[in-house]
Amino acid sequence: MTTTLDRRAGGHTGTRPVSRFVSTGIVVLILALLLIFFVLPAIWLLLAPTKTAGQLIHDFPLSFGSFGQLGAAWQHLTSFQNGAIFQWLGNSAVYSIGSLILTLVTSVPAGYALALTEFKGRKTLLTVTLVVMIMPSAALVLPTFLELNLFGLIGTVWSIILPFSFFPFGVYLVYIYFATSLPRDLLSAARIDGCNEWQVFWRIAMPLAKPVIGLIAFFSFVNNWNNFFLPYLVLPSSDQFPIQVGLNQLLSSTPSFNPVAGKGLNITSPELALAIIIAILPVLVLFLFSQRALVAGMLAGATKE
Amino acid sequence: MTVLENERVAALESVKPVRRRPARRRAGLAGYLFVSGYTILLVAFGIVPTGYAIYLAFTNDRGQFTGLGQFIKVANDYRFLPAFENILIYLVMWLILVIVLTTVVAVILRSRMRPGLSSIFRFLFYIPGALAGVASVLVWLFMLDPAVSPASGLLKAFGFQNFAQVLQPENLPVILVLIAFWTGAGGWIVVMYGALNNIPDEVLEAARVDGAGPWQSAWHIQLPMIRKWIVYQSILAFAAGTQLFVEPQLLQTASLGRVSPTWSPNQLAYVYAFQHGDFNGAAAISIFLLALGLIVAAVLVTRSGLFTLDNE
Repeated sequence: MTTTLDRRAGGHTGTRPVSRFVSTGIVVLILALLLIFFVLPAIWLLLAPTKTAGQLIHDFPLSFGSFGQLGAAWQHLTSFQNGAIFQWLGNSAVYSIGSLILTLVTSVPAGYALALTEFKGRKTLLTVTLVVMIMPSAALVLPTFLELNLFGLIGTVWSIILPFSFFPFGVYLVYIYFATSLPRDLLSAARIDGCNEWQVFWRIAMPLAKPVIGLIAFFSFVNNWNNFFLPYLVLPSSDQFPIQVGLNQLLSSTPSFNPVAGKGLNITSPELALAIIIAILPVLVLFLFSQRALVAGMLAGATKE
Repeated sequence: MTVLENERVAALESVKPVRRRPARRRAGLAGYLFVSGYTILLVAFGIVPTGYAIYLAFTNDRGQFTGLGQFIKVANDYRFLPAFENILIYLVMWLILVIVLTTVVAVILRSRMRPGLSSIFRFLFYIPGALAGVASVLVWLFMLDPAVSPASGLLKAFGFQNFAQVLQPENLPVILVLIAFWTGAGGWIVVMYGALNNIPDEVLEAARVDGAGPWQSAWHIQLPMIRKWIVYQSILAFAAGTQLFVEPQLLQTASLGRVSPTWSPNQLAYVYAFQHGDFNGAAAISIFLLALGLIVAAVLVTRSGLFTLDNE
């Protein structure tokens, strides 16, 4: 990065009291509007399950209903298709964690090898990884579906776990991490001391890679948890749905959004809101607990804070 | 799909040309073993699907080579141009909004307030990021329904009396931009803030001594120094925008059919594949999308010198 001081136009107006007042006003206005925009829907969502569908329409939008109503919404939601929501959550957990493990097992050694070992085709592999990374991945979902179909995997757990575990971004992160922060001399020293390649990786590189492993685990888990398109295509029956596809089914069972199919079911707006909260809870908890580590990791030691 | 992709920017910080000493590298088997698992997945779910899509796009359902036939067929479909037009309108609005606003907010948070307060703001902006995908669309279905929305006054001020009026097809780009911004912008603000944080205080101090106001410093110093992130953000936002599927699909469900089921190209490909049983046509649409995404990424990458691989 080059400093651009020389390009600075010589403006001397910024500190005049009037313009300072105006600019502070603009700043406060922008922040306040954005704060409302980002936070208001979240607050509304948290309050919605405590009200009835009628109260949602007639009461003040940010009012609290009652815990009794929250319990009723929970009852209705959990009795939908005999507790389908628990099944969906369980499915999501299996898919997300299964792929996460496969992602870690494959991407950490791969990123390490790309950064710190030499083999024929290394550069090609690196370039292909970068290209795949910026490729719009949803465009590949249909061909992936056909491929899975060819191997008879449609409708199995593997039709989700295997494609999810392909995570080029993870490889790229590990590559960057090792290439920039692991001194090569350390590895040479270990080799001179008689470590074989596996021991160098396992004993020297792995313990140093903890931050980047955490980062990949987080990204991979959240990506997997939120993925919709592929499971939507490959999983035929409701008892295999992950929670995201389940939410879609709940939406089509909500009378206010689907008057025909939603008739006679107890799924109304408060139940839907509760389902949304439950669906995002794992990711939200992960967010809250790892925010500091994430931001630090995301900026790879670049911040001064 | 947005917030996580956004965070990919993370890695950029550390992309530097790495000087290597090939003589000290070990040639041999170990490297192959380490990359084997990943390579299998890369082939199975990156290369083979791409190759398969290309194969399908150039053949018909009996496997006969048809040249550009499939591409011409889908391009002549009356739904093809509108679908690409839709995402183009969406993309232009989304790119301008997200780049301008996240940069402005990051500059404000970095240079106009105490670090403690700014970290609270960053966190609050970041929270909706947990609601990616289906959940965020569902939340916004409520936000946009004048009957239940906490902003119903605002909606009515714009002349929307009921949900049906909000979900007019012509409003879809704006709605999708709102949803994408709500879930994605917080992550970008965090990243941009980190990038700004990386600029040495001395540089800004020198500017201040020279009489530059905060906005001038932002425009002439901070912005040029975080250009790399802005470019990267554009690439990812563009790639994400071309792939829209779940958002318009859900809005279509909720609009009771008023919104076209082939609003985005991905939806059109889906209809081709699963309603017409025409996988060749679907593959041709996928190839159009892939090409579009890659061309734009290539232009941005080469023009900005992003992703400098190791210079050996």
